[in-house]
Amino acid sequence: MSVLRLHRVSKSYGEGETLVWALDDIDLSVEAGELVAVMGPSGSGKSTLLTIAGSLEEPSSGEVFIGGAALSQMLRNDKARLRRRSIGYVFQDFNLLPGLSAVENVALPLELDGVPARRAHRAGLASLERVGLADRSGRYPDQLSGGERQRVAIARALVGERRLLLADEPSGALDSKNGEAVMRLILGACRAGVAAIVVTHDAHLAAWADRVVLLRDGRLAEHGDRERSEPSVATPQL
Amino acid sequence: MSVRHALLAFLSEGPKYGLQLRQEFEESTGEVWPLNVGQVYTTLQRLERDGLIESDDGEDETGPQKVFRITEPGRTELDQWLSTPPDMTQPPRDELVIKVLSALRVPGVSVHDIIQVHRRYLVELMQQWTRLKEDEADFDLTFALVGDAEVFRLDSVVRWLDAADSRLKRAALEAPSAKPAPLIRRRLVTRR
Repeated sequence: MSVLRLHRVSKSYGEGETLVWALDDIDLSVEAGELVAVMGPSGSGKSTLLTIAGSLEEPSSGEVFIGGAALSQMLRNDKARLRRRSIGYVFQDFNLLPGLSAVENVALPLELDGVPARRAHRAGLASLERVGLADRSGRYPDQLSGGERQRVAIARALVGERRLLLADEPSGALDSKNGEAVMRLILGACRAGVAAIVVTHDAHLAAWADRVVLLRDGRLAEHGDRERSEPSVATPQL
Repeated sequence: MSVRHALLAFLSEGPKYGLQLRQEFEESTGEVWPLNVGQVYTTLQRLERDGLIESDDGEDETGPQKVFRITEPGRTELDQWLSTPPDMTQPPRDELVIKVLSALRVPGVSVHDIIQVHRRYLVELMQQWTRLKEDEADFDLTFALVGDAEVFRLDSVVRWLDAADSRLKRAALEAPSAKPAPLIRRRLVTRR
């Protein structure tokens, strides 16, 4: 069963002459352990796709399934619980709370979900260790570099038992070395079983994905699958 | 790729045999550009003819071998080559650019669809290179450098396709009935 499945999802804004289709009849599935990149220019609908996949916004039509459960059939509280427990979000501008230390930022989603503080703190440390930042756990966001802040944000997105990671231009504010490090971390999380979608306009980063989905004017164009390249695509000769 | 100058670069480290030079060439390019023995010896003969290298009869564990060393004019030639930028003033006759320009003229063909087909192909190639880099980069510096060069090159083509796509969309919105602009010949001139 797919961790995430979008079935005939459309999203429109406005009405009448001002009606705009941000997403138009999207079918997309992401399996456990798979990293999918959604690539497209700004205005192509990729951020809308991510917010709908993360249940932050509702589609105009179609259905989103997470772990086989249809979001439209869930009560509001159940959806909120699903967001807190199963989905991790990574944003371009990190979205860390400046008054909390790295480990407090990472542990926050668990604490909000009612996990006792000490247990949440332990899980936060373990998650920071996964991204190689255990020694920065007590530092505040303004004491960390841009690359370190994004790694803390990834640790927060992975803390606990999260199955789905949604990242919106996760390396947009970083240089190429840190951008690559972020993609390696996300890929590493996928190899450990997490399903992830990264939306980006940057082919360089999309190339880290197992599958690249091209989005144009709200429609999916084609899929590039690096495990199953088609015969027309030449393999680099080494 | 200048095999001639690459061989001079290896010989600048000290005298070497032909087979050794071939092996070092392939290692130094992350084994991306294979080089046959015939090409190595032909190039070495030409370098010797031009006075850029000289040879002596030597011997290694496999028997008699010719050993090559760089000469003073060879060192000067190498230094000049390293610091001279390659001529990039004229755009290359790029087949992809020509395909996109041609698609604009063919009735019933969407240039945006054509761009998407090529974008997809290039991203798939980038995925393959990135996968190789992911496996090898931590172990082999030269391969990582060559892989970076290839990914950045493909990325630049994807960026051009993105820019062309949005420029064509803007052009279609701004001037739907505009006639093609008159041809202006422009030449890039750079000071060397």
